[in-house]
Amino acid sequence: MKYLNLVRSRNIVGSACLLVCLVGAGLTGCERPPIETKQSGFRGTAMEQVINPRSDAIKAAANVVPVPIPPAPAEGPLASSVYQNIQVLKDLNVAQFTRVMLAITQWVAPPDQSCNYCHGANMASDDKYTKVVSRRMLQMVLHINQDWKSHVANTGVTCYTCHRGNAVPQYVWFINPGESSDSGLIAGNAGKNKPSAAVGLSSLPYDPFSRFLLDDKNIRVIAKDALPGGDYSSIKQTDITYALMIHMSESLGVNCTYCHNSRSFAVWDASTPQRTTAWYGIRMARDLNNNYLVPLTSTFPTHRLGVLGDVAKVNCNTCHQGVFKPLYGESMAKDYPELTGAIKAETPAPAATAPTASLLPAR
Amino acid sequence: MAEYQNIFTQVQIAAPVYEGVPLPRGVWGRSGGGFIHLLGRFGDAQIGPIYLGTTGLLSLICGFIAFEIIGLNMWASVHWNPLQFIRQLPWLALEPPSPANGLHFPRLQDGGWWLIAGFFLTSSVLLWWLRMYRRARALKMGTHVAWAFLAAIWLMLVLGIIRPVLMGSFGEAVPFGIFPHLDWTAAFSIRYGNLFYNPFHCLSIAFLYGSTLLFAMHGGTILAVSRLGGDRELEQIVDRGTAAERAALFWRWTMGFNATMESIHRWAWWFAVLCPLVGGIGILLTGTVVDNWYLWAVKHHVAPMYPHVYPPQIDPATLPGSAHLPGVTQ
Repeated sequence: MKYLNLVRSRNIVGSACLLVCLVGAGLTGCERPPIETKQSGFRGTAMEQVINPRSDAIKAAANVVPVPIPPAPAEGPLASSVYQNIQVLKDLNVAQFTRVMLAITQWVAPPDQSCNYCHGANMASDDKYTKVVSRRMLQMVLHINQDWKSHVANTGVTCYTCHRGNAVPQYVWFINPGESSDSGLIAGNAGKNKPSAAVGLSSLPYDPFSRFLLDDKNIRVIAKDALPGGDYSSIKQTDITYALMIHMSESLGVNCTYCHNSRSFAVWDASTPQRTTAWYGIRMARDLNNNYLVPLTSTFPTHRLGVLGDVAKVNCNTCHQGVFKPLYGESMAKDYPELTGAIKAETPAPAATAPTASLLPAR
Repeated sequence: MAEYQNIFTQVQIAAPVYEGVPLPRGVWGRSGGGFIHLLGRFGDAQIGPIYLGTTGLLSLICGFIAFEIIGLNMWASVHWNPLQFIRQLPWLALEPPSPANGLHFPRLQDGGWWLIAGFFLTSSVLLWWLRMYRRARALKMGTHVAWAFLAAIWLMLVLGIIRPVLMGSFGEAVPFGIFPHLDWTAAFSIRYGNLFYNPFHCLSIAFLYGSTLLFAMHGGTILAVSRLGGDRELEQIVDRGTAAERAALFWRWTMGFNATMESIHRWAWWFAVLCPLVGGIGILLTGTVVDNWYLWAVKHHVAPMYPHVYPPQIDPATLPGSAHLPGVTQ
């Protein structure tokens, strides 16, 4: 009997080891503790945010706002009256205008090229495509700060929100046509089933952006009535909406319940205020893509374009970069009234004159 | 010294292979058989004799065809690269036809392969079911195992063919793939307004967890009294020995009620069978009879209401300004 007991205990130890190995192998895709959860709704309704202190520390270090350039004096001649070919920022005086140029050099231009990234010997010339793009991007920043307060509130955006020191923002998207299959008889993948970072490495459709952030396709797939008859959305449509939602979740570093109610993703009256902000965010991204980026397609050289010859476009991650509010909600725009439209020239700027070759040693 | 030995005993007895009961005429013979020591550490050391039979052979052939159609299409999707096939395997899938296709037979590349694979997989499973039923009959056994298996087949058929046909679209069915079928499950719940409010889903979960609980209770009880002869369960039904008495008293002490040595097996069988049976009913009702389970539960006062923590949000699409957002040209 004693012998048998010994044998049994050895078996139990062996089984336990095997079990630990199997469980360990199954957990390799998980994050190690500690993982914290923070309640964000009524108790017992699974409204909570999962927080990983380790990845939060990395994100916090990567989202430090650069020290602002000292403010420019409010007095002085208008830049548009001193420099040639000024088509934007016409309300700024020379000091304010120079301050913006300096900021762009810090935020966007590669350090080894500095001003030369956009400007040639003749500062007024539009020869370099980067300058033409920059001008449009300045208009875009002003447009966001003035017209999209429904999404950016008074926090606003600057060039840095997306660029973070890169000439091309790190997180942009191109239309992903997928891979064509080898032969006509091979089953297609229906635009999904590839490990794609765009949708958090899920098997969901890898290009939800063309459909929702470029086109204005119906995103709502959940039935509005208890009983059938009013909604014919398919599971495949749901996959695409779900893919965009996973992109938003990954881009903001939040759970579904940051915006949605755990009990019903569809109902608005039990959603969080963040869902309303996100609703405007989807429209904002679509507006920026269609009215600011797509029209620049022919301006960009080929090597800046996607495989289908399309321009780099924005999605949630372009600004958010893994954080619920870009740069943890710290406003850079408040230090740069030049970019929010807050500065108005006292006398209206003279009507734009046809660009002429600069005779002045202007910027 | 005589010692009672159970399946965990390391002592293995080798004897001539037991061929089993005599077979009725007109069926295939049984073949093979031997002893494997390693198997004896987990169960019976004897392996075989194996009976394949016509249904078994056909089932394996159909299963192989389905497996090949799915696997080769997956492999082709990574351009026949073996390394990428292994790396991306969890993501790869054979997709059902597009919803626009309805119930027509599509081109092979547009879901035709999926239908063919589904046909052979279904044939394989049904043939295997027939084989189980007939083997049980041949041994003059009851057919409980076959009916339990059919409960699982029911759920598979509801997901793969019955519900898609009722919905009028093969596109509603599940892809063949590891992550894709899991993502399908989540998308299904999202589309139909949260499956947790589907009462048949609730029942299915209760039977699923109940099955594991019963299995642990029963396994634990029998192992605990096996030193007293408790592993001779069925003998103890008619002739209650100390093992049965102690096991029964243990449960009456701890929860006031006990199953018998016989009825515990009926409990376990029904819990296991009801899990996919009611689950299949829940899937079948989704989209056909109920389109949004959360709203259905609200309508029937199943879903409790909780206090608002946030100010109630208004759907921005219903606000007057929504058509005149910046940059939107109408």
